[in-house]
Amino acid sequence: MKQNKTVASTIFDVFNHIFLGIWAIITVLPFLYVLAASFASDSEIKTRTFFIIPHNPTLLTYKFIFASNYFLRSMLNSVIITVGGTLVNLFFTFTMAYALSKKHFIGRSIILNGVIFTMLFGGGMIPTYLLVKSLGLLDSYWALWLPGAISPFNFFVVKNFFQEMPQDLEDAARIDGCTEAQVLWKIILPLSKPIIATFALFYGVGHWNSWFGALLYINDAEKWPVQLILRQIVMLSTTLASDLTQFDPNFQPPQESLKMAIIVVATLPIMLLYPWLQKYFIKGMFIGSLKE
Amino acid sequence: MKNNIIKGPKKKGENVLMTANTSVWKKLKKDKWLYILALPGILYFIIFRYIPMFGIVVAFQDFNPFLGFWKSPWVGFEHFKTLFTDPDFPMLFRNTLLISFYNILFYFPVPIILALLINEVRNQVYKRIVQTCVYVPHFVSMVVIASITYVLLSSETGVINNILYSLTGKKIEFLTDPRWFRPLIIIQSIWKEAGWGTIIFLAALSNVDPTLYEAAIVDGATRWQQTWHITIPSIMSTVIILFILRLGHLLDTGFEQIFLMKNPINRSVAEVFDTYVYQIGVTQGAYSYSTAVGLFKSVVGLILIQVSNYLSKKFTETSLF
Repeated sequence: MKQNKTVASTIFDVFNHIFLGIWAIITVLPFLYVLAASFASDSEIKTRTFFIIPHNPTLLTYKFIFASNYFLRSMLNSVIITVGGTLVNLFFTFTMAYALSKKHFIGRSIILNGVIFTMLFGGGMIPTYLLVKSLGLLDSYWALWLPGAISPFNFFVVKNFFQEMPQDLEDAARIDGCTEAQVLWKIILPLSKPIIATFALFYGVGHWNSWFGALLYINDAEKWPVQLILRQIVMLSTTLASDLTQFDPNFQPPQESLKMAIIVVATLPIMLLYPWLQKYFIKGMFIGSLKE
Repeated sequence: MKNNIIKGPKKKGENVLMTANTSVWKKLKKDKWLYILALPGILYFIIFRYIPMFGIVVAFQDFNPFLGFWKSPWVGFEHFKTLFTDPDFPMLFRNTLLISFYNILFYFPVPIILALLINEVRNQVYKRIVQTCVYVPHFVSMVVIASITYVLLSSETGVINNILYSLTGKKIEFLTDPRWFRPLIIIQSIWKEAGWGTIIFLAALSNVDPTLYEAAIVDGATRWQQTWHITIPSIMSTVIILFILRLGHLLDTGFEQIFLMKNPINRSVAEVFDTYVYQIGVTQGAYSYSTAVGLFKSVVGLILIQVSNYLSKKFTETSLF
């Protein structure tokens, strides 16, 4: 009897390991193929059925992309949007969360309920669009930074974090003659470094990956982020033709591998951060749920 | 996790009413820096979250950008009447509900099952490798996911059609055939988010008291019985909360995904309320009508979350608020 149980259990373990292994491979395989195909020629992509190592790897597409002013500008735009947006998010989220973490804050429960309500109901796309338009933010990066300055969910996680900080520490600092600004700067901020890093990453990845805000609010294609350029080229099949002038007049960029290469470049920053990200994201997921 | 955060503030900070007026001033003065710190955030919520809620009045007007909110003529429920008699309305309603329904049916259970399987892996290194792989697509933008779908499935150059062609001599029009739209959307969701979705269940599983398993083993429970009687019941409340949240967003189909995968040929199955609002509101400038469509969607969503929360409270004693 006991023997049987272990046999069944071992069979399950073997199948479970195989199944999860296959699942993991299928999840990352599309990325690996796109990476491989970005180094291949168009004809190889069209004729060879499947490969992870191209026959004649070439850097041609990457040379073309990084010689393209249009593309480089979009990369720069993405960096500006990500850095600026993350700073705005952190400033708004942390100042408000810190203030509202104090239980003696007058009107606290009204404000907190007001924030909760925004998680259940919102004005929707058009009233928000009209607001951004009437504030004169169209075609400005502020249209991408301000409307999402605080994620209510992140706000509550940060507020709970501050609430669990030992009050004695602050009191001791005050008794020692620290001003409020000093308490914040010298006690609270250093203790908050891990959670600031977590949310910088949360918000930062969000900004790097966002594209719809730019489609909605930024008409000037010179200010578009790389994700929007990616959509133009892969889904709407526009070309980077304007940049061809710098090349030999006979040069035709390989369309398929170019698409692959742009996907790779638009994903690269996240993939480079990923090993580091993973640690922080998982921690971040748990920070808010540690205690009641 | 979410419910704690939502429940939290209700119990606290109710001492405001008891305080006399003079001491309110004293308190305000003493903590003035605190109120200054809170100000940007509060202004943000008022301007960017509450003003758009009042902007909903546009749905009851014939909004004209040159006249503004105050001077545009009122038309009452005219736009709602138009919506309900719009020949596109049944299509929008069906598409939205079906995509949501298929998501609940086919996507929702996947992270739970995946988490249960990952939880059974005893080899920590292998477990970590699997987790690292399945989390990856979550961090990639929807544009990248849709782009990869395009380049893999395109009928001329896509690798999947290349493989199909070499095996069967036929190709499938994945990207344009309306019959493939819904399966494609669901598979994409599973690929992108199922791995990440396991985190919350794995967290719930890590909190299960190990002595329960020890006791069960002493009683001679098989591994399957342990899973059925200990593991699954212990994550049930998490499952229910996520299910309520999901139901509350029944009419949210994942705007970006649908918008990116939609094209003129598959419109009959792909157009949902969200994409329709964008289409007629932003690109065609019919602000009032599209706000009415959006409002209809939000109100149905709000009702759904209340109803499912009420039902859950009644039958399972788990609820969001």
